[in-house]
Amino acid sequence: MSEQPLLPAIGDDEAPFWEATRKGELRIQQCASCERLRFPPRPMCPWCHSTDSQWSLMSGKGTIYSYVVPHPPLLPHFHDLAPYSVILVTLDDDPKIRLIGNLVNKVGDAINAIDPNSIEIGAAVQVVFDSVTDEITMPRWVTAS
Amino acid sequence: MKDATAIVGIAETPFAKKLPGSELELASKAIVAACEDAGIDPSEIDGMSSYTMETSSEVDVARNVGAGEITFFSQVGYGGGAGPGAVGHVAMAVATGQCRVGVAWRSRKRGSGQRPWAGPTQLSTTASWARPWGLLRPVDEIGMLTRRYMHDYGATRDHLANVALSVREHANNNPNAIMYERKMTRDDYMNARWISEPLCLFDNCLETDGALACVIVSAERAKDCPNKPVYIHSFGQGLPPQHQTMQNYFNDDPLRGPAWTCADQLYRNSDIRPEDIKVAQLYDAFSPLIVLSLEGYGFCKRGEGAEFTNDGAIEIGGRLPVNTSGGGLSEAYVHGLNLINEGVRQMRGTSCNQVKDADSCLVTAGEGVPTSAVLLRN
Repeated sequence: MSEQPLLPAIGDDEAPFWEATRKGELRIQQCASCERLRFPPRPMCPWCHSTDSQWSLMSGKGTIYSYVVPHPPLLPHFHDLAPYSVILVTLDDDPKIRLIGNLVNKVGDAINAIDPNSIEIGAAVQVVFDSVTDEITMPRWVTAS
Repeated sequence: MKDATAIVGIAETPFAKKLPGSELELASKAIVAACEDAGIDPSEIDGMSSYTMETSSEVDVARNVGAGEITFFSQVGYGGGAGPGAVGHVAMAVATGQCRVGVAWRSRKRGSGQRPWAGPTQLSTTASWARPWGLLRPVDEIGMLTRRYMHDYGATRDHLANVALSVREHANNNPNAIMYERKMTRDDYMNARWISEPLCLFDNCLETDGALACVIVSAERAKDCPNKPVYIHSFGQGLPPQHQTMQNYFNDDPLRGPAWTCADQLYRNSDIRPEDIKVAQLYDAFSPLIVLSLEGYGFCKRGEGAEFTNDGAIEIGGRLPVNTSGGGLSEAYVHGLNLINEGVRQMRGTSCNQVKDADSCLVTAGEGVPTSAVLLRN
């Protein structure tokens, strides 16, 4: 379990995502009417306007779309971790769905464990689940084998 | 509204890392000075527009400058997306008869005040998809897009350096610019410290205290004002489908941002085409925003913005001088409103880096956020 200085704020639209990660699942909101996936989660489907949704289980596989390496000035706890990397992952399940995350070697690694020079756009990644508090399990990513 | 209104007065406070006086005092001074430049008494002001992030409200400003009966007021959202938006709102109001003397202004002590992203951290739900993983600041959000841009189009740090160096050159000729006396070499750029790789210190705008304002009246009334009228030829705002401000990651084409939507509207009612434009003020909180804006506003094709900056193309003497008073990168960063004032000076013929025969000037707000732009002409 890694240190997590900033916890997400979780409203009604977001809650199912975090209930799923607690169980080791990556789920994305899906319109119950037209079945299109959407992210970030929201009350209404922009395509068919239904307000009914469900949460669809993803494969957990994605590719790195981009990455960035923050240096100070930063918020205090992140300052101590800098430089670290942040990645943006496109899910294999749907090219329109992207998630911000971190690349690690294994669950529990700090977000600065990976050498940023080793990150490649287009690399295949797999989600892992980092339980940082009793309520919050953060999805992070490892290079797919 | 085409050519129906004109900017007839501009003013700005000095720019500095730290200024005395409150943001309200600075706003009031800039507005009164802009009215003086226009030859119009502040008691005639009946229209007002600023940014939603402005701390000086219409109520406070009006009772400081002694404004009249206000019949139009608006605020434009999304931070750096708002500057030309406030100008455009006032212009629309004047053109439709909702007011007769309008002011647009911005006052900000971003130099001496706390960085907005550094405050106490109670995240919104939107921010909660980014901040917990360490994507903390606008520079990180834009850095993510810049890296992808470099990957897709083969752009390099040298292209970003072109932007920083060109705009610094312009500031070096502007006594009011914060970087007036600070030269920059390509080595300086390449050796600068990282802020969010691939963006270094010089890819980021300044942190400034300052205030600016402009006065807008009808084209008819402008004839009676002391300065050469600068007409607002067209105006646009832009917010593309499935957009999420600077984290524009959640749609089909993250690198085609608000500038494209705004440009479509801007040119829809315009007689002026990109190829006619000889000078441009492109919002530059970050150097890659200029690269993207060159594409979005039609000066080159998708993916060609980086190459466009080669060989001094965006410097005085080049194909399209950009940010001729030094921009946010090197003159001052007051949420982009200094670009409006410089656009007006270019049209009046009074810029410190005057482009010869410039008869129109594009002024944009920030690519990357719901944005705005105006086309000025003389």
